[in-house]
Amino acid sequence: MGRQTIDKNKPQPDDTAWFRDGLLASWPICFGYIPIGLALGVLGNQAGIPVWAVTMMSILVFAGSAQFICVAMLTAGASGWSIIFTTFVVNLRHILMSSAVAVHLNGVRRLFLSFFAYGITDESFAVNMARFREKNWDPKRAITVNQLANLAWVTATTVGALVGQFIPRGAFGTDYALTAMFLALLLFQLHNAVYILTGIIALILGTAWYILIPGDSYIIGTSITAATIGYFFKRYREKQK
Amino acid sequence: MSFLEYLFLFGSMGLVTYLPRWLPLFYLAHRELPKWLIDWLSLIPVAILCSLLAPILFSDQTTRSLELGKPEFLVAVPTLLFAVKTKSLGGTVLVGMGLFRLSAFLPI
Repeated sequence: MGRQTIDKNKPQPDDTAWFRDGLLASWPICFGYIPIGLALGVLGNQAGIPVWAVTMMSILVFAGSAQFICVAMLTAGASGWSIIFTTFVVNLRHILMSSAVAVHLNGVRRLFLSFFAYGITDESFAVNMARFREKNWDPKRAITVNQLANLAWVTATTVGALVGQFIPRGAFGTDYALTAMFLALLLFQLHNAVYILTGIIALILGTAWYILIPGDSYIIGTSITAATIGYFFKRYREKQK
Repeated sequence: MSFLEYLFLFGSMGLVTYLPRWLPLFYLAHRELPKWLIDWLSLIPVAILCSLLAPILFSDQTTRSLELGKPEFLVAVPTLLFAVKTKSLGGTVLVGMGLFRLSAFLPI
């Protein structure tokens, strides 16, 4: 057998580039999930939920806020049906994200879409949408982000249930990781005055709605209202030109 | 609770969470979307990010009341400036975390 020579000038196919890109894009999410996941695990543990059940919940549900609410409701002795209904309402906001991401996954295989849907969260949605805008993003990289975030979430909640009570809360400022990520992603999305106006309306309305109306309706209500006002502002601007 | 009770509860929660994630994607990704819908949907990420951030930045989340000038907001200003300057997501996350950790020592 002759020695194989590698031609350095010829571009080598890089089969792992998609994974590396996915990893680079998802690490802020994974980082941010650590303190929240640990906290959830600790609370679950205190509520008397076995470690395996915490893991099972994170795999089956994969939605942070709903899982916190579930633990709180179980502690308060709520019925299963009321927990399931609350979960449904809290997670309805994903309809908006799923619709928005569909624009970038046009024509993709339905089986792939069905797997992709499982990983749509506030965080993976925000990261993937920002990347899709930059044009160098594809479904494979996007689902890598979803799945790595999922892995971090399942791991963090499980570890939290096992040893969480020994880790001090708020160490290294990790509580702020997801907020900082949202801030940066928001900034990257402000392409023109229409987006800025939409954002300002959502901030003001979101604060008022959150303070005045109990529950989580502020997320969907504010998003739809702000995007609609922004849309009509865009049309108005186009007519002026 | 037994294994089956947990499986039923979390399985049902998973199902009602999965459906809103799946249905729009499954149907819309194989359809020609009208221009107005695409334009409207393009504003959704900004709108969702701001509605998620609003209570974190401007309210006391235990009492659900207005709170202006809380550390989360004060840290957000230099964090955003860093993001404008560097355009780096990871760097912004680290700077935000560091500043937030430091803000615990401020007399606010």
